[in-house]
Amino acid sequence: MQRRVVFNNRILPYFLLLPQLVITIVFFFWPASQAIYQSVLKQDPFGLRTTFVYLENFSTVLSDPLYIESIQVTIVFSISVTVFVMTLALLFAVMADRQIRGAQTYKTLLLWPYALAPAVAAVLWMFIFHPAIGVFGKTLNNAGLKWDYQLNGAQALLLVVVASSWKQIAHNFLFFLAGLQSIPTAVVEAAMIDGAGGWKLFRAILLPLISPTTFYLITINLVFAFFDTFGVIHALTHGGPGRSTTTLMYKVYMDGYVNLNLGQSAAQSVILMLIVSVLVWMQFRFVEGKVHYT
Amino acid sequence: MIPKRLRNFPIHLTLVVAVIVFVFPVYFAFIGSTWDASLIGRGQMPLTPGPDLIANYTNALTSAQGGRIIGNPVQALLWNSLQMAVAIAVGKIIISILSAYAVAFFRFPLRMFFFAMIFLTLMLPIEVRIAPTYKVMSDLGLINTFAGLTIPLMASATGTLLFRQFFLTIPDEYVEAAKIDGAGPMRFFWSIVLPLSRTNIAALFVILFIYGWNQYLWPLLITTSRDMETIVIGIVKMMGTGEAQTDWNLIMASTVLALLPPVLVVVLMQQWFVRGLVQTEK
Repeated sequence: MQRRVVFNNRILPYFLLLPQLVITIVFFFWPASQAIYQSVLKQDPFGLRTTFVYLENFSTVLSDPLYIESIQVTIVFSISVTVFVMTLALLFAVMADRQIRGAQTYKTLLLWPYALAPAVAAVLWMFIFHPAIGVFGKTLNNAGLKWDYQLNGAQALLLVVVASSWKQIAHNFLFFLAGLQSIPTAVVEAAMIDGAGGWKLFRAILLPLISPTTFYLITINLVFAFFDTFGVIHALTHGGPGRSTTTLMYKVYMDGYVNLNLGQSAAQSVILMLIVSVLVWMQFRFVEGKVHYT
Repeated sequence: MIPKRLRNFPIHLTLVVAVIVFVFPVYFAFIGSTWDASLIGRGQMPLTPGPDLIANYTNALTSAQGGRIIGNPVQALLWNSLQMAVAIAVGKIIISILSAYAVAFFRFPLRMFFFAMIFLTLMLPIEVRIAPTYKVMSDLGLINTFAGLTIPLMASATGTLLFRQFFLTIPDEYVEAAKIDGAGPMRFFWSIVLPLSRTNIAALFVILFIYGWNQYLWPLLITTSRDMETIVIGIVKMMGTGEAQTDWNLIMASTVLALLPPVLVVVLMQQWFVRGLVQTEK
């Protein structure tokens, strides 16, 4: 798209673009190309010689049982977060969309967790579910449930899912609410006159009409679960116990920084780039109105 | 027919439960910040506020030294986070409004190529390219510098897309009128475009401030010196592996202090926040 009337300077637009382009090239294209370059190289243990190894890093990574394990963790984790977040956010949004007293107050009270850093959410939940001193963790143990997320992998994963979801619900709630409020009241009223109410109104009218929002949120939540939850995992479990909360993102960090395996970390970065590209592509496809009923 | 008040009861109940679920982790953090460490360490923290509120917050703000923790004073950490968040927000707004202005109000060779270049940054969050970006930063000598901490986070397409979208709605007649009156493009930018963009700038600022304040992975890698530590990193470092016998009262006081600024921004500037969130993402 382009405006009809524009200014005719030849040099000025390049100067206006310059700051953004410099930052984009230096901190985006350069590193991204470095990642691709590194991913086909192998360094000897002393860092003296690098050799071109074609796709060996990729095949090493993809046949590594630890990597496969973290793929599984990531899939379980991100699907759990997405389902958990979207179900609750939609429920709250449908409720807050009703014309009830205090609707605006509820909205404010349900919005603020968006402002929290994922790592801060992790600290808050650790304090509650700490097996020895946490209000709930202690209660669970007193009830004989053997709660200790530092030892039990399934419990660790559950806690990471809960802390991440808790922070993300506010975001989804806002988008669902905006989606619901953009539905023309005439449509809803017509359905109600025809006798649709409650569940039927939700299934037959509201859910289809907000489906663009729903599809959009699926990709946003997957991206959130893949990347933004690094802070939650780093603060809460450090990927453990064992590797039960090591997601792909956490593994890139571990291999690249802690274990300094550059070639394989770069190969993992490239794989992540591909995954994000697919997600972003999906997002644009759906936002462009391919899923529309109005 | 059932009276409206009764009919709405399940709705209110659901929403009140939701609000409570959202609030209670912060409530317990607050309670934790009002008792002494040994009581919490024994697992005997009551469910109501205790007597040490002022002592704990004063300690956290000015020294953050406890029986087990040697932290950074939280006031220094808050100051670091504030500087980082404001720098990222302001920097991103400036570079993206300028580039959007170029793309929307001029026609020049390679225009769409540059736009596509900026657009592509959407594809890769900084987390994906951390290792190579870190390498670039150390080559440029930007590790442990404020520039290294903030500038890479300014490279993003969202601001440019938002402003470009808005600029396309500015009527052509404005540009024509400006040209007839002899205003050049920069005069037009200062006198017309910038004032018209006020609400968009405010909305974007709120979103970016929170984005900047909550950064975790990037500061973790780039800042190794203690005096550059941000509040979010500082708290996680204080907490360590989360042993029972640590200064939980200090950690919780710091946590409450860390979450207050962004939460206040969201609550007090709610209109702009909602607008910014919906616009930058859609």
